[in-house]
Amino acid sequence: MKLKINLDECVGCGNCTSVCPFDLVEIVKGKVKINEEGCNFCGACVESCGYYAITIEADEPVAEADESYCGVWVFAEQRRGTLKNVAYELLSRGRELADTLETELGAVCLGHNVQDAESLIAYGADKVYLADSPDLADNQEDYLTHKLVDLIREYKPEVVIAGATALGRAFFPRVAAILNTGLTADCTGLDIDTEKRLLLQTRPTFGGNIMATIICPANRPQMATVRPRVFKKNAPDDKRQGQIIKVDFKKEGIAPKTKLLDFIDDVTETVKLEDADIIISGGRGLGKPENFKLLAELAEAMGAALGSSRAAVDEGWIPYSHQVGQTGKTVCPKLYIACGISGAIQHLAGMQTSDIIVAINDDPNAPIFEVATYGIVGDLFQVVPMLIKKLKG
Amino acid sequence: MNIVVCLKQVPGTTEVKIDPQTNTLIRQGIENIINPFDTYAIEEGVRLKEKDGGKVTVITMGPSQAEAALRESISLGIDEAILLCDNAFRGADTWATAFTLSCAVKKLQQYDLIICGRQTIDGDTGQVGPELAEMLDIPFIAYVGQIEEIKDGYLRVRRMVEEGHEILETTLPAVITVAKEINVPRLPSLRGIMKSKSAKIDTWGIRELGVEESMVGLPGSSTQVIKIFFPQRVHQAEMLEGNPEKQVDTLIDRLKSAGLC
Repeated sequence: MKLKINLDECVGCGNCTSVCPFDLVEIVKGKVKINEEGCNFCGACVESCGYYAITIEADEPVAEADESYCGVWVFAEQRRGTLKNVAYELLSRGRELADTLETELGAVCLGHNVQDAESLIAYGADKVYLADSPDLADNQEDYLTHKLVDLIREYKPEVVIAGATALGRAFFPRVAAILNTGLTADCTGLDIDTEKRLLLQTRPTFGGNIMATIICPANRPQMATVRPRVFKKNAPDDKRQGQIIKVDFKKEGIAPKTKLLDFIDDVTETVKLEDADIIISGGRGLGKPENFKLLAELAEAMGAALGSSRAAVDEGWIPYSHQVGQTGKTVCPKLYIACGISGAIQHLAGMQTSDIIVAINDDPNAPIFEVATYGIVGDLFQVVPMLIKKLKG
Repeated sequence: MNIVVCLKQVPGTTEVKIDPQTNTLIRQGIENIINPFDTYAIEEGVRLKEKDGGKVTVITMGPSQAEAALRESISLGIDEAILLCDNAFRGADTWATAFTLSCAVKKLQQYDLIICGRQTIDGDTGQVGPELAEMLDIPFIAYVGQIEEIKDGYLRVRRMVEEGHEILETTLPAVITVAKEINVPRLPSLRGIMKSKSAKIDTWGIRELGVEESMVGLPGSSTQVIKIFFPQRVHQAEMLEGNPEKQVDTLIDRLKSAGLC
C-alpha cells in the first residue's frame, strides 16, 4: 500500500490532521505532510479530505477468496452442560447473516451432557454440530481449539463467530492462528457486503472513541468475536426444523498443554450481573466502601444486581467481578441505575446499550448524562434513601 | 529463568475527547505511553527475576519512537530490549504482529515464560498473546491474576473468568497474559533511569529475523480496516427537576409505566 498526496489539490485546511488515530498528519507550510512511519493505512485522512488530495493505492490485486467455503457458524459456548446466553444472541444475528448470504447457519457445541442442544435450532440453527465427551466437560482450551480447527477444515464455513467471553477471547485467536486467517475482536456490529460476500465487522477501538469496520478479504473462514449482550436474542421458535449432527471427539492426538486444578466461585454476587434485568451501579461518588451498603439495599428492594465503575473497584470498595465497562463486563439490562458514576468512556462502553439508563450525579456536566434516559442532578445520599423508602413504602 | 515481556507503545488516548464541532479527536498534548496493561507484565517479569534470578528481555514492534517505551521499561528493571522496526512491519494486524513477535522470540532461543498484557488500550483486541503462543506451539493462559508457583519447567497460576477464578497448571515454556490484579507496578528508580539512558537497544528488521516481506506487515495481514468513523451520540436525557422527593416521584412514575417497579 502507498499513501499518495496530491499537493496541487491540498488547500491546507487541516481537516485531516485531527482524524489520524496515530497523530501522523500535519500541515507544513500550508500543505499536508504525513509521517508514513506508523501509518496503518486506515483511510481516516482520505475520508476526511474534501479535496481528494490524499489517496491510498493498493500494491497488487488482492487474492481471491476460496469459494468452496460456505455457511455461517456460531460457536455455542456452554459451561457445565448449560448453554450460555451469548450463544443464542449470536444465533439470532447469525440467522440474519445466513439469510442475507442465502446459506446455512450452523452451531458448534463442544461439551458433555449439554442440556437442550435442540434449543440452538429453535434460535435459528439449521445444523448443530454436537460433540459430547467427558473430556470436554471443563472447556479445556487445547481440546476446544483443535476440535474446532478440525471441524472448520472438514466443513469449511465461510464465517465463524464466537462470544468475546473469557473463554472465547482466549481460545478463538489460537484457532485463527492455526488456520492462518483473520480474526476481529469484540465486534459490536456484523453485516454483509452482499456483492463481495464479505463479513463487515465493526468494532470500537481506542476505548470506544473510534469505530472501525474491518474485512477479511481473502482468507477463510472470516472470524470474529462479539461481546455478550451486544445482539438481542430473538424469540425461540420451537417448531423450527434442524438437524443435530453428532461429531466424535477423541482426545488422543491432542496434547493438553494446561490442566484445570480448581475453580473458586465468586461468592459476593447474589444476582449475576450479566443476566440481571436491573442493575444498580456505584462509582467514586459513593465516597467510601460502606456506602455500597446503601446501593445493596436499593438493589434488594428492586431485585437488582450490584455493579460498579472501575474507579470503585480500583479503590478496593467492591470486587472486580462487579465491574462494568471495557475491562469488566458488558451488560444490557432493562434498567441501569448509575449512582455517583461520572461516565468515563470505558464505563459507557460496557452499559450504554441498556434499555433504560438512570443517572444520579451531583455534577450536571458528568458525561453519564449523555447516555442517560432519565437524569437526576442531586445528592445521591438524599435521592437513593428516598427512592428506597418510596419503593418499600 | 529467561523471561520475555512483549509490550506496545500506544497513544495515551483514553483521555481523548471528541470535538463536538468537527466530530474529530482532540489530540493536543497526547503523548505516547507504554500500554498500561503491559506495565503489569513488565513488573511481573522483574519480580520473578528478583526472586529467582535470570534475565528479562522486552520486545516491541513499532516505529522508531517506540524506543522510548523500551528505555522506560529498562528504567523499571528490564535487562535487555529489542525493537522490531522495519518499514515492512507497517500495517500489521494481530496475526502478522504475533507472527513477527514469534520470529523474534525464536531468534532469542532461550525463553521460559513470555508475559503479555491482557490487551492494549488502543486496539483492545487481546489477540496477540494467544496467537503468539500458538505460533510458538507452547501453552497459553489468559487473564492471569496471580502466579502461585513457578519452578523447574512448571507453572501454576490463578486466572480470572466471568464466574470466579480458576487454578491452572502447565509446563514451561508458556505464554501468559496478565490482568491488573497481578501486582502494583513500581516507579522507575534513579539507577534504572541512569541505566536506561545508556542502554544499547538492538533493532531487528526482516533481514535480522530472516522473514519474507509477504509474511509481515500489511501483506501478511488477513484483515483490513476499510472504514473509520466516530460513534454517534444523538441522545437527550430527560432531566428530572425539583427537590429530591419530586425527582424520585417522577422517576418512580416513569419506571412504573415501563413496568420496572
